[in-house]
Amino acid sequence: MKFTHHPSRPPHLSYLEKCFMGLGCFTLLMIVGMHALNLDSKFIAPAAVLMISASVMGFTWQRFTHSSPGIQNNGVWFSSLTNRKEWAILTTVSISTFYTLLYWWPELLGYHAEGNTGFVAWFDPLSMLLKKQPASQWFVYGLFYTLAILLFGFRFIVKYRHSAYQVRRTLSVMLFQLLFAFLLPEFMLRMNLPYADLKNMWPLNYYFFDGWHLDLLSTKGIAGWSILAFGLLMIFVISPALTYFYGKRWYCSWVCGCGGLAETAGDSFRHLSDKSLRAWKIERWLIYSILLLAMVMTGGVLYSYFTGHIHLLGISTQSLRAWYGFFIGAAFSGVIGVGFYPLLGSRIWCRFGCPMAAVLGIQQRFFSRFRITTNGGQCISCGNCSTYCEMGIDVRAYAQKGENIVRASCVGCGICSAVCPRGVLKLENGSVDWKNRI
Amino acid sequence: MPRTVIIGNGIAGSTCARWLRKLCDDEIILISDESDAFFSRTGMMYVYMGHLRWKDLEPYEPWFWKKNRIHCVHDRVIAFDFQMQTLQLDQGKMLAYDRLILALGSLPNRLEIPGDHLDGVTGFYHKQDLEYIERISPSVKQAIVVGGGLIGIELAEMFHSRNIEVRILVREKAYWNAVLPHEEAQMISRHIRQKGIHLDLETNLQAIHGQNGVVESITTDQENRWPCQLVGLAIGVRPNIDLCKQTDLETDRGILVDDFLQTNLPNVYAIGDCAQLRNPSIGRKAIEAIWYSGKKMGECLASHLAGQNQTYSPGIWFNSAKFFDIEYQVYGWVPKQFDHQTDALYWEHANGQKSIRIVFDVSSKAVLGFNLMGIRFRQEVCEKWISTATCLEDVLASIRLAFFDPEFYPDHAKALYACYAKKTGRSIHASASGKLNEVLRFLKS
Repeated sequence: MKFTHHPSRPPHLSYLEKCFMGLGCFTLLMIVGMHALNLDSKFIAPAAVLMISASVMGFTWQRFTHSSPGIQNNGVWFSSLTNRKEWAILTTVSISTFYTLLYWWPELLGYHAEGNTGFVAWFDPLSMLLKKQPASQWFVYGLFYTLAILLFGFRFIVKYRHSAYQVRRTLSVMLFQLLFAFLLPEFMLRMNLPYADLKNMWPLNYYFFDGWHLDLLSTKGIAGWSILAFGLLMIFVISPALTYFYGKRWYCSWVCGCGGLAETAGDSFRHLSDKSLRAWKIERWLIYSILLLAMVMTGGVLYSYFTGHIHLLGISTQSLRAWYGFFIGAAFSGVIGVGFYPLLGSRIWCRFGCPMAAVLGIQQRFFSRFRITTNGGQCISCGNCSTYCEMGIDVRAYAQKGENIVRASCVGCGICSAVCPRGVLKLENGSVDWKNRI
Repeated sequence: MPRTVIIGNGIAGSTCARWLRKLCDDEIILISDESDAFFSRTGMMYVYMGHLRWKDLEPYEPWFWKKNRIHCVHDRVIAFDFQMQTLQLDQGKMLAYDRLILALGSLPNRLEIPGDHLDGVTGFYHKQDLEYIERISPSVKQAIVVGGGLIGIELAEMFHSRNIEVRILVREKAYWNAVLPHEEAQMISRHIRQKGIHLDLETNLQAIHGQNGVVESITTDQENRWPCQLVGLAIGVRPNIDLCKQTDLETDRGILVDDFLQTNLPNVYAIGDCAQLRNPSIGRKAIEAIWYSGKKMGECLASHLAGQNQTYSPGIWFNSAKFFDIEYQVYGWVPKQFDHQTDALYWEHANGQKSIRIVFDVSSKAVLGFNLMGIRFRQEVCEKWISTATCLEDVLASIRLAFFDPEFYPDHAKALYACYAKKTGRSIHASASGKLNEVLRFLKS
């Protein structure tokens, strides 16, 4: 295992760290191997989950508790995994492959409507327990997604244990993922209610206004109508109000599942985001184009639903919806958005693709009390804030001028403030200085 | 088009170039033999520790300088001709100037002791020092750091991050006791030792011993001999003015400048670490080799040259640093010892890693300065209190206006009030909650 490029450079892995890392790699190989051999036992799933948990938690404990609480970025740019070297490429290939199989070849993961095999089948007992149905590939995905946020959330909390803001924020994303994204929807299915992740609103949840979804909600009585009403309320009232008071961070780094994974499992890769002006230009074109596309697509779908016409201006609304789902919903947010953490940084999807982030960003830029304030002339232009900004904001450009930072893309993770060695940055809410917003 | 040549692309020179470009249309040439572009000198330690790459230290992308018509030249000036207003560059070129700005920076002080010249003995100031330390690090198992200041602790933290055993030799009774009051210096000393670093107080380096020209051990005046493969000298810096010594330029320790930062020669100015003020303001040093002063001087000189007739006034003193995990901020006047005219309210957290010190005038009770360890305060608020001579109890009542720690961090106001009550028997009632709106109102009032 080549983790260092230079004999004296950290990170040096201690013996125990290597053991825990080895356990994790071994477990992943074991899963792939047993799946390939089509082995089945009710012990495999709990054993795999336990071994992965032990690996991540043990490694975390060894890595971060021997030094006193504080910023732990020694050797970040020396490690193969976090400096786009061999281990980063291997990780990207593995995760992207997993997503590709998940979206387009779930049968290779063992999902079969008539009876699961291998990997997916191992989780049938848990699925039966939760919702009295055999597992689907999405159930297994949701389980591992939640596990990742919980385990790497644990890692994040230990790593940033000196920061009350980071600890609270991370507990929040862990709870929202576990309860709202994973347990509650499965439980609702079991109660014969429609599956709904209540925190996942349109346009991130791009199927919300699909015909089949509206039909489903309308057949589920009061519960269905409540979910529809709550979804609309979230889009038009709750989220603008919360964004006005606290900035988009209330969602992007306290609630959202995509953000939750980026903040926890993606924490080791946050510094890989591109800070150049060019990247910012691409970001603005791309994210607002996707927002526009999401709105046009949703408008088309609603048009077809209410009028019965399948074409709008000569375009099939159904195929537009299908292409959106393929390119944006699956390829961008999953395969690239998560798979490319180790090459492009942890918030590629949130920064360049997420239409929800685009909407909240516009609100934050023009109508929000949130801003990052800078502390007089204390900035030394060292660049820690910009480097560790996962959204690729050149925070230093503002800090060294003593300017407030009001940017559409800022998710308020607070890491710039944490890594600043001179105490220059603070996330704050105060009355809007309207004349500086336009 | 008049040509302004700036020698040195550090914070002073680069800031001056940027502001000149904003304010006028001169031809601007920025010369440095150290680096291609401006970088954050104070952030160099983070490159060694792997937090940042070198290019992350550069606050402006490479296209920035070209776009702003600031011509960067990577070369070394080897002679001046102040009569003809020309410079001789190392690569053979002569360069004429209409205005010359000297932002030459500092050189690390050396010790006049045996072994000072050995391989493995280095200061830490220039990009080349970082490259040198990086190059020899693989063969370093033990390092000695000499000097108890801000660079010393940076070096210690750097070596510590590479699992190099570090020993710091400090002349004073506690770390940075030459500047910090006793309690804060004690806190830093404790913290250094908690990190597993040897801290030898009241100890001087006596000799450096080598083998085949390479450092191999040192001896101290405490009769100890410590093996080491690297000696980091962090015993202060001095203006980098050797080139100016044999010229008409008037120098003392630094290049002497007036209130407009002009030297004794026409069209020649000096800013940053290399400048020595003829008339420093009360309580300030003639040479301030710190980032913030360099930045202010660069900005001030640019405005002056652009015709705004501006004199340099450094404002209320401030500085900051980070000692491993403990952040440090200072605003205003904080002496290391107190006499009958000044006193301080000092509160220290039970964990021994956070403290607040508020210095005040004994007779008027006006607040003079703040010294913060492990706690962040707002600069503008502290400055306003100091500049308006607000009395201690008023400051305490509205102390939350100054808190700049991140959200959800513990609020230390009550502990501070208890500390004040213990000292004086008087109780304080908080008059501010510290919300941003309140702070902005206070700063506007």
